[in-house]
Amino acid sequence: MSGSGNLLEMANDVVRQALAAGASDAECTIAEGEEFSVNVRLREVETLKEAGSRGAGLRILVGRNTGSSYTSDLTPEGIAHLVRSALELARVTTEDPHAGMPDPKELGAIPGDLALYCPDFAQLETPQKMELARRAEDAALSADPRISNSEGASFDSHLGRHVFANSRGFSGEYRSSYCSLSTVPVARQGESMERDYWFSLARGLAGLEPPEQIGRIAAARALRRLGAVKVETQKVPVVFEPRTARSLLDHIFEAVHGVAVYRQESFLAGRLGEKVASENLTVIDDGTIPGRFGTSPFDDEGVPTRRTVVIERGVLKSYLLNTYTARKLGLKTTGNASRGLAGNAGIGHGNFYAEQGVEPPEGILAGIRNGFYVTELMGFGVNIVTGDYSRGAAGMWIRDGELAFPVSEVTIAGNLREMFQGLAAVGSDLEFRGSSAAPTLLIAEMTVGGR
Amino acid sequence: MALSESWIAGKFGITPQDLESYLGEALSRGGDYADLYFEYQATSLISLDEGIVKSASQGVSLGVGVRVIAGERTGYAYSDDLSPERIRKAARVAACIAAGPAQVEKVPLLEGAKRDLYPVVTAPTETAFAERVELVKRADRAARAYNRSIFQVQATYADNLRHVLIATSDGVLSFDRQPLARLSVSALARQSGGTPQRGHAGGGGRVELRYFLEEKTPEHFATEAAREAVVMLDAVEAPAGEMTVVLGPGWPGILLHEAVGHGLEADFNRKKISAFTDRIGQKVASPLCTVVDDGTIAGRRGSLNVDDEGHPTERNVLIENGVLRGYLQDRLSSRLMRAASTGSGRRESYAHIPMPRMTNTFMLAGDSDPEEILRSVPQGLYCVNFGGGQVDITNGNFVFSASESYLIEGGRVTRPVRNATLIGNGPEALRYVSMVGHDLKLDEGIGICGKEGQSVPVGVGIPTIRIDRMTVGGTA
Repeated sequence: MSGSGNLLEMANDVVRQALAAGASDAECTIAEGEEFSVNVRLREVETLKEAGSRGAGLRILVGRNTGSSYTSDLTPEGIAHLVRSALELARVTTEDPHAGMPDPKELGAIPGDLALYCPDFAQLETPQKMELARRAEDAALSADPRISNSEGASFDSHLGRHVFANSRGFSGEYRSSYCSLSTVPVARQGESMERDYWFSLARGLAGLEPPEQIGRIAAARALRRLGAVKVETQKVPVVFEPRTARSLLDHIFEAVHGVAVYRQESFLAGRLGEKVASENLTVIDDGTIPGRFGTSPFDDEGVPTRRTVVIERGVLKSYLLNTYTARKLGLKTTGNASRGLAGNAGIGHGNFYAEQGVEPPEGILAGIRNGFYVTELMGFGVNIVTGDYSRGAAGMWIRDGELAFPVSEVTIAGNLREMFQGLAAVGSDLEFRGSSAAPTLLIAEMTVGGR
Repeated sequence: MALSESWIAGKFGITPQDLESYLGEALSRGGDYADLYFEYQATSLISLDEGIVKSASQGVSLGVGVRVIAGERTGYAYSDDLSPERIRKAARVAACIAAGPAQVEKVPLLEGAKRDLYPVVTAPTETAFAERVELVKRADRAARAYNRSIFQVQATYADNLRHVLIATSDGVLSFDRQPLARLSVSALARQSGGTPQRGHAGGGGRVELRYFLEEKTPEHFATEAAREAVVMLDAVEAPAGEMTVVLGPGWPGILLHEAVGHGLEADFNRKKISAFTDRIGQKVASPLCTVVDDGTIAGRRGSLNVDDEGHPTERNVLIENGVLRGYLQDRLSSRLMRAASTGSGRRESYAHIPMPRMTNTFMLAGDSDPEEILRSVPQGLYCVNFGGGQVDITNGNFVFSASESYLIEGGRVTRPVRNATLIGNGPEALRYVSMVGHDLKLDEGIGICGKEGQSVPVGVGIPTIRIDRMTVGGTA
């Protein structure tokens, strides 16, 4: 990687060039990354990948017209082309009264060490990284004679640098790192073949779960799916384990996303201050928690990240906004601008999670006589406009408070409005494995589609 | 010299000697095979929302990927800098997968036979922006004009022009120019303060801009999106449980992509983790079903002159009259399985390792009249449009989500129903196909297939078919 000074200087220079060429405002993002990945299968190395890359994105305004461009060519000619391309496009877009950059007083970065960069894995030699993957897979393969095949185990790592500068006086950068270890064992018994996975993700090696633990959990998950059956079509309580409950949080994010809200294509649009979920549910977005995967010192418009209460005891308190959507809605940005290299800023979440409840997951199950415990979801059958929800699912059937037998090839269906209003229990098992997280959640009733 | 015809070789001054020398570096520690994949891609994206062209962007990405194969092992490195030093460095990194003496035997690079499935003189990416912007504006006007209940329209136009140059240690030299364009429209309808409904349509292919002016116009896609949104205003709850399902022609072919296509990709079968493993020659569908994957159809979104390993694409029969015939092979799997490559090695970009992928996957036409198929169903669901799908290749379960479907009551198509996911099992689902229509249609060119984090454009197609048993995930 090049020295930080170079890239920050380059970003500021791109902004200056754009202004000189006729832009009234400009913002430049430069991203640089190094990736490493090793996959081991049946105890032998299968793939090894290593590379670095970087790119720059520019967005400009000429009055209220925007244009944007990106390039992986950071030579002076490449940058000159980047600037020309963006300006050319400002001539074909339409004047948009809400287009613009944040007010200078909104710009800034939260102070202090956010613990986003802990590249201890950079010290490891390739064979040591292979060994971590090999140990995770071996633990899965050794767990049970019914596991004799595998899709392998991977150790992946990434080092990144993110630079942002705009013509309102902001310039900033931060570095980040992460590594992950995962394995996907395949279990077989008679005609039944099933796979499952487990993984650990951390900013540095020190935060990873032990490889043996990852392998054992993955094996246990694949094994318990063997011999799954399809159940009768019926309406029952449905429990989402944390891994699948997280997807329900993702749907809330999509529904409070500023663009979906101003376009009125969200079942939560226009409902600020209303009760949209059971009192059990409090949802927070917090981009400031040190070390977490949704944390950053500033958003992709140079606005400091913050903690936003989205739903408080069932009442919708805030949408998640960038500068543009805030202006459309007559509100203030929540510091959730997110962008790749191309196009206008979109919206992303920080650490987006449901606050945990007091009941352990076993306690939630204990109260259910007949129900479905969902461990896997498939497909894209969620309509955020209407809230209609219909997805493929697999998991365990709940009989008299216990996980009784595996179930697959069924659907679960309902409507998100009713599902969140009918949120009957929130578990005490919140844990972050990514930038969104949820504890075990119990939905009072959904339709399970089967035989 | 043929290489001089390559746009990339010309732009970056790459000579045959350079390519041979990089391949030599890649095999400097041994290995059975190495390849180089140079890519230069120009991309444009224009989006309109609320009648305003809010965003237009264009960009360039370029780089080279170097791959070394030693037995079952793959080493991969890439560089977004095409200077000889950086390419050599990537070759040395990829070479680390092998551990032995240098592979010194050199095969001279020879260019394969040329064909042109997409004879596009001026790619959309090379046309004036003003002309492309006009497409989204026309779509907006047409969708709003369709019906007073339409209150939001979003139109997106995207294109890219990809130049590739592929050289392998087997002596294969290929280059290609791959244009691609797509227009998509999403419309929201609402009736007197009720719940809004969304409709979506889009299409394109490896075509000139003229395609959107003469064949599939912005008005065509906009009207289709608006129509679907308006239809859905009257939708009732979808049924739940097993029932007879009739799929309409075209995009519902996504069933084949999920139910059988992925499970027949050779990597999963080589590793014996697919529900279709070791089933070649077995009956996996009703005798009415013949399914092919064909990368050679002119101008289609999923078509390619050569795959991303430099192998010409082919027309591959996957299922013939219900019997499983073959897998989709890339170089690595075909070599390990002692089969021939089927031209199915694809990758998202130079930063990605190729793997077996689909191109255009469809079922051949049968001889039933589509009307007669619907009339034959006393009670069931008629699905004409879908969102995405997904499959678990190990147990074979797949889903696909109907975005426009109707109840069939007494052989007649009656009320529209709300979005529902359909679920089935790959090696089982097509056994229940009891009628196949004569109306094979390919989709309009909108598919994106994701596998292990890599996205590639694909096509699907199907005639009207009747499936006697499938689980529908409604609430009623």
